[in-house]
Amino acid sequence: MSSYYHYLREIVRNALLTMLENKRRTLLTTLGIVIGVSAVIIINGIGAGAQGLIVGQVKKLGSNLLGVLPGKSESNGPPATAMGISITTLTYEDAMAVKDKRNVPNVIGVVPYSRGSATVSWRGVQTEASLSGCSVDYIAVEGGEVETGRFFSEIEDRDLARVAVLGSAVKSEIFGDNDPIGQNIKIKNQTFEVIGVMTERGQVAFQNYDEYVFLPINTMQHLIAGVRYIGLMRVKIDDEKNTEAAINDIILTLRERHDITDKTGASDDFSVRSAAQALDIITSITDALRYFLAGMAALSLLVGGIGIMNIMLIRVAQRTREIGLRKAVGATNNDIKLHFLVESIMITLVGGVIGIIIGETVSWLIAIVAQYLGYDWPFTILPLTILLAVGVSMAVGLLFGLYPAVKASKLSPMEALRYE
Amino acid sequence: MSKQQLANKPLIEVRDLIKDYGEGELITKVLFGVSFQVFQGDFVAIMGPSGSGKSTLMHILGFLDKATGGQYLFEGHNVTGLDDDALAIMRNQRIGFVFQSFNLLPRTTVLENVMLPLVYARNKKVDAVKAATAVLESVGLGHRLDYYTNQISGGEKQRVAIARALVNQPAVIFADEPTGNLDSKSGIQIMRILQDLNEQGNTIILVTHETSTGEHAKRIIRIKDGKLESDKPVAKRRLAKNEDTLAK
Ligand SMILES: Nc1ncnc2c1ncn2[C@@H]1O[C@H](COP(=O)(O)OP(=O)(O)OP(=O)(O)O)[C@@H](O)[C@H]1O
Ligand SMILES: [Mg+2]
Repeated sequence: MSSYYHYLREIVRNALLTMLENKRRTLLTTLGIVIGVSAVIIINGIGAGAQGLIVGQVKKLGSNLLGVLPGKSESNGPPATAMGISITTLTYEDAMAVKDKRNVPNVIGVVPYSRGSATVSWRGVQTEASLSGCSVDYIAVEGGEVETGRFFSEIEDRDLARVAVLGSAVKSEIFGDNDPIGQNIKIKNQTFEVIGVMTERGQVAFQNYDEYVFLPINTMQHLIAGVRYIGLMRVKIDDEKNTEAAINDIILTLRERHDITDKTGASDDFSVRSAAQALDIITSITDALRYFLAGMAALSLLVGGIGIMNIMLIRVAQRTREIGLRKAVGATNNDIKLHFLVESIMITLVGGVIGIIIGETVSWLIAIVAQYLGYDWPFTILPLTILLAVGVSMAVGLLFGLYPAVKASKLSPMEALRYE
Repeated sequence: MSKQQLANKPLIEVRDLIKDYGEGELITKVLFGVSFQVFQGDFVAIMGPSGSGKSTLMHILGFLDKATGGQYLFEGHNVTGLDDDALAIMRNQRIGFVFQSFNLLPRTTVLENVMLPLVYARNKKVDAVKAATAVLESVGLGHRLDYYTNQISGGEKQRVAIARALVNQPAVIFADEPTGNLDSKSGIQIMRILQDLNEQGNTIILVTHETSTGEHAKRIIRIKDGKLESDKPVAKRRLAKNEDTLAK
């Protein structure tokens, strides 16, 4: 009765025995694989974690938000304003036109922003704060909440009222436990009345809203910044489904206002983005980074593979007489090949498993630290990653074990037995 | 092939066997046209001085190496041009080897060593264990099955090697200087086992350069400088069961 089971079991057992026989050398041999596999897993873990973090941040904004930026920008690249260039093509009036339901039927609210920074002081306490000139719609569009006092009104905005609403962090910094409502603070040497404090919000899209001082945008433009243009407007629409229609309406409205007749978009001096688009861009950037780094890690697998090949060649030489004996009792060339292939695959598999354990542990620790630091950093063990790591390490064993195995299988039994 | 035919036809027949090692300027000519026959149940000693080509001849007869010229018929079939896989199957199914240096696997038990040919024959484990245990018992090692090969004496090692050679019930057992690494007492035990096996009908080809060892065979083929010098029956055969030590 023939039985492949016994045969295969013996081959695996024999490989295990020779591995155990040289425990330390086996582990040393797998080092390249361990480093390669764990690096791939750590890089992927960091990539996935960072991506999760970014996506989470952007999602907090809400998926029915659109952004309108001044200046034309490549649809896949970062906006020009992100490079620190100020572009003056968008105005408060543009924002009001977009807010008009006759122009953009799906609009719910529009916030134009004019941002800057200035020294803010109260009774000798000074701090450098970010100023955010915005419209009343800030609450509706961005979803902020007022903790004490109130937000400014449309009339105060129109009348250039000197009122300020503080982010929670600014409030604590300047006022500590004192009640700030009704107090006068100085911003750029002008007196403002504090009328409200915002509820703590944390990071949203990598901006800490708690560190802002909110002013009516007209007050900001005329009394502080001395500019007419706005840096950004955010548009909230009724439903994510209508994103495309709303983007189109906004584009048409602004083209008309800016006397742009070119319908291709090439002459636009503004760009409209949806949160979904932003997500796509971010995802594609982080993906590219991940693939690049994973490629680097793959290089270390290659180095590991060459190490395996070397060790296997040494083992073939050391075991020449044994190969001769095995052939003498009837092992075919394929039997010998299988012996060495199974051994090299098992060595790389061990390396792969150690690499997976180290990689996942480090990824987990990074996530723990990031979460401890307050980031929304997810950690997940993906079965696909594990499977891939196992597959790749076995493939390295197969690939780099092949040459030594073939070499062993081709030994003449007579010469192998005569080998001293 | 029937028993009748086997009795008439030689088990092994070589005609004008030639063996060269290497090629061109580096050529070493080892065998120059050797011809002889070995019949079923024979016990042949191949003798000759060192370097005369004894091992080379045995390697060719045992399918470990291929001849450069001449013909080799095994069990009536021309096996001169067999490929590697066919040779491996012949070694596995028809041949048993015993070497001077035992060639046992280290860190492996006695039983596992003897089972090795059956592993490559893809036998079931139960069958392999049964067959290996039986041959080990027949060479007096039934009590050493689970010993590791580094835990037994030289004589016992060679008995393990004989058991391994027997386990596939081969047509021929080749033994190349099987007593070369043993003291004379263990040596005679090995010769006794070989003689007993021959009594039971096994064909044995023994390579040795010791006349006293060769005289345990029924027939001596002498090789000198790669040529057959003589092929004679042993006039006064030595019987290991009547000896205490192997004379050198
Ligand atoms: N692989 C080889 N390449 C070249 N020459 C070889 C090779 N193997 C053996 N020889 C030569 O063939 C000749 C016969 O060798 P062989 O081993 O058959 O001799 P032997 O009769 O068994 O000797 P001994 O009694 O010392 O074992 C020797 O001269 C040896 O140098
Ligand atoms: Mg020899």
